[in-house]
Amino acid sequence: MRNVAATLVALAVITASSTRGGSADPQDFAAVARGRYLVDAADCKSCHTVPGSNRPFAGGRSIETPFGTLVAPNITPDRGTGIGAWTDDEFDDAVRQGRTRNGSYLYPAMPFPYYARMSRGDVDAIRAYLNTVTAVHNNVRGSQLPFPLNIRSEMMVWDRLYFKPGEFQAHTDKSEQWNRGAYLVQGPGHCGACHTPKTVLGGDESSKPFRGYALQGWFAPDITSGQGALADWSADDIATYLKTGHNRHAAAAGLMGEVVDLSTSKMNDADLKAIAVYLKDVSGSARSNAAAADHDILAAGGAIYQDLCSACHAADGKGVPNMFPDLSETATVSATDPTTVLRVVLQGAQSVATDQEPTGPAMPAFGWQLNDGQVAAVASYIRDRFGKKASAVTEQQVQKMRAQLATSHY
Amino acid sequence: MARKLPAKDVVIIGLGWTGSILAHELADAGLEVVAIERGPWRNTATDYPPGYVADELRYRIRHELFLRPEQTTFTFRNKMDQTALPIRSWGAFMPPNGVGGGGVHWNAETWRFLPSDFVLRTHLTQRYGAGFLPQDMTIQDWGVTYDELEPHYDRFEYLCGTSGQAGNLKGQIIDGGNPFEGPRSRPYPTPPQGQPFSHTLFGKAAHELGYKPFPQPSGNLSRAYKNPLGMRLGPCTYCGFCEWFGCGNYSKASPQTTILPALLRKPNFSARDNSEVKSINVDGSGKRATGVTFVDTDGNEWEQPADLVILSAFTIFNVQLLLLSKIGKPYDPVSNTGVVGRNFTHQTISDVTSFFDPAKFIFNPFIASGAIGMCIDEFNGDNFDHGPHGFVGGGYVGQVQTNGRPIETAPVPPGTPRWGVEWKKAVKENYQSALKPGTGVHGSMYSYRDVYVDLDPTYKDRFGRPLARITMDFHDNEIKQNAFLTDKFAEIFKAMGAKQVVREYRKPPYDVTKYQTTHLCGGAIMGTDPSTSALNRYLQNWDVANLFVMGASAFPQNAGYNPTGTVAALAFWAAEAIRTKYLKNPGQLINA
Repeated sequence: MRNVAATLVALAVITASSTRGGSADPQDFAAVARGRYLVDAADCKSCHTVPGSNRPFAGGRSIETPFGTLVAPNITPDRGTGIGAWTDDEFDDAVRQGRTRNGSYLYPAMPFPYYARMSRGDVDAIRAYLNTVTAVHNNVRGSQLPFPLNIRSEMMVWDRLYFKPGEFQAHTDKSEQWNRGAYLVQGPGHCGACHTPKTVLGGDESSKPFRGYALQGWFAPDITSGQGALADWSADDIATYLKTGHNRHAAAAGLMGEVVDLSTSKMNDADLKAIAVYLKDVSGSARSNAAAADHDILAAGGAIYQDLCSACHAADGKGVPNMFPDLSETATVSATDPTTVLRVVLQGAQSVATDQEPTGPAMPAFGWQLNDGQVAAVASYIRDRFGKKASAVTEQQVQKMRAQLATSHY
Repeated sequence: MARKLPAKDVVIIGLGWTGSILAHELADAGLEVVAIERGPWRNTATDYPPGYVADELRYRIRHELFLRPEQTTFTFRNKMDQTALPIRSWGAFMPPNGVGGGGVHWNAETWRFLPSDFVLRTHLTQRYGAGFLPQDMTIQDWGVTYDELEPHYDRFEYLCGTSGQAGNLKGQIIDGGNPFEGPRSRPYPTPPQGQPFSHTLFGKAAHELGYKPFPQPSGNLSRAYKNPLGMRLGPCTYCGFCEWFGCGNYSKASPQTTILPALLRKPNFSARDNSEVKSINVDGSGKRATGVTFVDTDGNEWEQPADLVILSAFTIFNVQLLLLSKIGKPYDPVSNTGVVGRNFTHQTISDVTSFFDPAKFIFNPFIASGAIGMCIDEFNGDNFDHGPHGFVGGGYVGQVQTNGRPIETAPVPPGTPRWGVEWKKAVKENYQSALKPGTGVHGSMYSYRDVYVDLDPTYKDRFGRPLARITMDFHDNEIKQNAFLTDKFAEIFKAMGAKQVVREYRKPPYDVTKYQTTHLCGGAIMGTDPSTSALNRYLQNWDVANLFVMGASAFPQNAGYNPTGTVAALAFWAAEAIRTKYLKNPGQLINA
């Protein structure tokens, strides 16, 4: 028996070493540098760092989901509270399979359904980089979901419904650039996590990729071309927006501002152009020509627009390139869901500042000045006049948005 | 007891235009820079958004963006034998407060001084003889020339995106610009602003009288602009809420719109707002500053050590801080010795109000910007022969009306009752057809032996430090100059077809309750002689080599223009000297 035990131990050791347990070569600088780039591209910092804190990747940031609040874990190499003791396989399981070290299921606030498209080599590079960041002892209490959602094994069912494992497979009929873009968008970039509509259970509506979805009090707009919202944006427009946060049409603020700040502004021009080329090839459906609001409401909205909005956005809604958005080309204005328009009018918005565009102009709040009816009127006017006949906004929608902003933590 | 903070390479006192420029230039050179600002942080969308910035009562009448006299003030008197009293409500000038300083609420008139302005005493003495100048006039050469400053004027204009028409491009006179200006190396970065009806009419009348009118150079931009730091400005909307107000739509050049967001991205720059510097600390030798001591809003005292100190507060606070820190010899007007406080000046402003036929003229005065206007420069500096007139100096004159705001804009003809039905009727009748440029005659004020700043013997601030005391009055030279300019100005309005032109000459005594401009100058002047100037030609203190003093406090006398362009050019000039000369060999750059 002792021999058997010894053999088993030996086998276990062999197995462990063959799975590269915690063994990413700390001197493989090329992998570390590539990993750092991919960590930016995958925007890991956004969730795993408390905004403004000087403890990157130490976790603790609350992630609001439609189902409750999750808290992002510590992914520094701290052995006790971080992931320092994890093997590379365990890390890969978490990133691409949504399974924790002890086999339990991760909630898809961790975008593993997208990260699953990444190559193992890229995941290992990310691990190699994370091994080099400062280890922080920070014990994060993960889930604050209400019963019964706090039972992680339920995620087994969710995974079966919505999780399709498997690395990205190149489309041989498309260019290398297109494939690189598709890989970045579908994999590390996890653009669909915000921009693809979700089912009631929070899974992707895979038949409507990138057609827009509301989350955390913002509407991540339709980013399709063809007849979609970005039909008039060139690939360069998209790449410029991702690099600088601004282009001749629009400005990034809110969640997308954070994505630009932490992620896309740090990506190289070739990758951004590849993303743009891929997105230009994703077609969306045409806008529905919604019925206009009541004539009087549009007249009132027009007057408010002239009074409060036209100084920056100009009488014709065209704004100033790279500074004040062109309301006719901003996808959030024409979106079916007016969440972002209402939020920005009520609360204002700080556009992102980047090295290329350091100004970061801000839209002031008007919620203190305009009542719900006035906000509805000006939003309806903007959507009708500049938003290519997007649907009118009701006073009740404004009231609801105002209440949501007053009670939420975002 | 002040708690000591970690040392920095540079500490900057005051984060207005010059503090921002120096902070950027020195952070760009790789130095660790901290700026300490007495007032609050200010941002466009949160502090003066379009939704409420057009509030004349709040900003113009109640002085929202300015220093509160209860925080600190100055005492004032006209003559040396009078007792000065504290100013308790701002009048003749408006001391700024907060990040961006006066750059937040200026009109953005962005002028260059004339080449002769920088060599004033030499120039006037050569042309008219030494006896032509009043005996007690203490004007001096600056120690720097227009040609030396030209690249730095250029940098500031391209930082701001200044809208204007060049009049002298590398010596070639250009039609439509100011033919009297010094040669500029390239055109303005953006074309001039559009001019409303009355301003256009003024230009036409001036042209017909034989003058060469030109659009006032403006930091309210005619079109969108991206500056060399990547900062963007939008086009001006001609809303008529510039001076006294922040610009709600990013179209007025200010530290906020041209520098600060780019500066804040630099990891080697930091700033502390709501912190007031109490003193510049000097070591035992008296030749070296060790840093500053400041107080935060909790009353805690902090010492900020630094290798280099940049004093970039408002004119009079620069002078006060030098006096309180015992740096440089205080000026004594009786013995005519000492340097700190001497050659203090302001401006000589006057106006004419013109009444036109309401049936024929509708001016829509509310269509305006702070630096809009058509001007002539025939009577500025030494652009004309002063020989027959018996005075020196001058100024630009122009239809530079910046607004038609309702509280301030109610010009009525002389003889109208001051209230009641008749007054209301006259206001209504004249609002659209009367013109009141405001600062239409923008005259120089030259320096005199008995106009200066020192420390008040009686009144103290909340820290128990003496307040700065201003002793200032108008001298005959300026009064003559103003009468001459006001008459010339009035003739142009007559030629425009005004049925009545009312001249409002500037008269002595200097009245600290009547607004002129905020262009206080001098008190810590630059020059070539340490016995008559506090700073050398690089704005470096003659006594303390690691102290540079920015701002209009360096002007030996004030010219007939708005000062900001020259203030900023000097800041870039000093920054270049620090970067290319001082940092290589820290010490006095000029051995006098």
